Amino acid sequence: MKQNRSFIGFLVIPAFVILAAVVFYPFVYNVVLSFANMNLYKIYDWHLIGFKQYVKIFTEPSQPSFYSVLSRTLVWTFANVFFHVVIGVSLALVLNQNLKGRSLFRTMLILPWAIPQYIVALTWRGMFNYEYGAINLVITKYLSLPAVEWLKDPVNAFIACIITNVWLGFPFMMVIALGALQSIPHELYEAAEIDGAKWYHKLRTITLPLIRPVMIPAITLGVIWTFNNLNIVWLVSNAGEPSDNTHILVSFVYKAAFNYYSFSYAAALSMIIFMILLTFSLVFMKSSRATQAAY
Amino acid sequence: MISSYAMLVLFSVIALFPVWQVVSISLRPGNKLLSTDLEFIPSNPSLKSFVTLLTERDFLIWMGNSALISIAVTITGVAIASMAGYGFSRFRFPGKNMGLLSLLTTQMFPATMLLLPMYIMLIKLGLINTYVGAIVMYSATALPFCIWTMKGYYDTIPTSLEEAARIDGCSQFAAFYRIILPLAAPALVITALFSFMTAWSEYVVAAQILQDSSLWTLPLGLKSFEASMSTEWGLYGAASLMVMIPVVILFLTLSRWLVSGLTLGSVKG
Repeated sequence: MKQNRSFIGFLVIPAFVILAAVVFYPFVYNVVLSFANMNLYKIYDWHLIGFKQYVKIFTEPSQPSFYSVLSRTLVWTFANVFFHVVIGVSLALVLNQNLKGRSLFRTMLILPWAIPQYIVALTWRGMFNYEYGAINLVITKYLSLPAVEWLKDPVNAFIACIITNVWLGFPFMMVIALGALQSIPHELYEAAEIDGAKWYHKLRTITLPLIRPVMIPAITLGVIWTFNNLNIVWLVSNAGEPSDNTHILVSFVYKAAFNYYSFSYAAALSMIIFMILLTFSLVFMKSSRATQAAY
Repeated sequence: MISSYAMLVLFSVIALFPVWQVVSISLRPGNKLLSTDLEFIPSNPSLKSFVTLLTERDFLIWMGNSALISIAVTITGVAIASMAGYGFSRFRFPGKNMGLLSLLTTQMFPATMLLLPMYIMLIKLGLINTYVGAIVMYSATALPFCIWTMKGYYDTIPTSLEEAARIDGCSQFAAFYRIILPLAAPALVITALFSFMTAWSEYVVAAQILQDSSLWTLPLGLKSFEASMSTEWGLYGAASLMVMIPVVILFLTLSRWLVSGLTLGSVKG
């Protein structure tokens, strides 16, 4: 399209100015902080100390240890995104048929996404209560199984966080997949039917390859959002209970920054999280582009 | 067909279950808050929790604070993103690729990456405990995603539409404003919803920036019911319900826009 400098400037300069002030500047500040020794008591009186904070994270034993939190974060991310995509795409495939009551079902299924996350988290925390929580009532009354101590045991508390997050995350993938499915031209399916294709042929050779370009970025985003999802772990496990054993990296940083006020230590941890995600995204997007040629 | 319905019903029940819990808790009379029955509507339902919430607690103040902050963030998000997204989609200019790349990169920032420096800056600027602090934080969080969404959507609208409009005598701005922007309505709606929800349902940032209880947004208020020695479940249920209802209604009314092929066919023929 024809270039028109003032029009382009009018469109993008406001965004650049705002982002420079509220995103770029804090980012640089965070980098500087991560090489310093700032905490609440040295907020005006800090100086650079090089890589000491990073060395401390990787080598000094802490409670909980960095490596246990990291592996918990990986489990958390994988489990959540896996269930989000599987449930979301399956529901989208079902909803994309010509069913009676389709829009009613879609509406109900979007509900978990519509509810604010912190309410989801606090409500599920209540539902996981040992004596009065709905989950244990269902387990004991309808399934006749023993009640589960959800929030006092580290593993169960972590599973409770995952259940909560799977519940709230599948509608996003469903909506994305549904949008992609609706943009597939019907002619393709008609042509395939003329050629005698069965439903699984159509799924594998038409549907999945064609929703792939939309799903790959959505999954990348899903991984990043899940990896960085502070709300659910923080609120369901009430700041890492029992005794800081349910933290994922981002809730661990939040605690370091705002409960222990180790600002520079937290800044260095933020940098590490950022580096992990950056590496992941580059590798994932690149490898998925490479395999795309196969279709 | 049957298995399709079975799956839809099962997941709908799972999706509705926590909502029903909240409704049920909010209607429980005071002596049955810790009930172990799974009744759909409690026996002797009572609206007392709602009355207490509205008359004896700061609920309306929290709602006002939340509304103010969310609306400010939404206006910023939609205005800036609808323009910048168009610029990124249609034109070439210096810094474009860098800009796009850094927008994506911000999505990888953990919450603390911006929150911590901003928190320290806000302390130094004396802006901690102000609406401005919260609005700035939320806009910073929401904007990159909004611009990216808008850009992606504009990319799907064929440029032949603007070309046709230009041939018919539209200015560049008019082609954008009158032809493309209306077609981008689904993306605008997503952007608006996203910005609004970023601010409306945010807890962890608000917990650090809005420490004074007169500035509390709804999430801080609701958490305070849960944080006290014994959780005030009735008030919590009533409050969550009232917070959820506007958002859920908004979401459901607009949900058909969320999945929509508005551009399909607009170039055909």
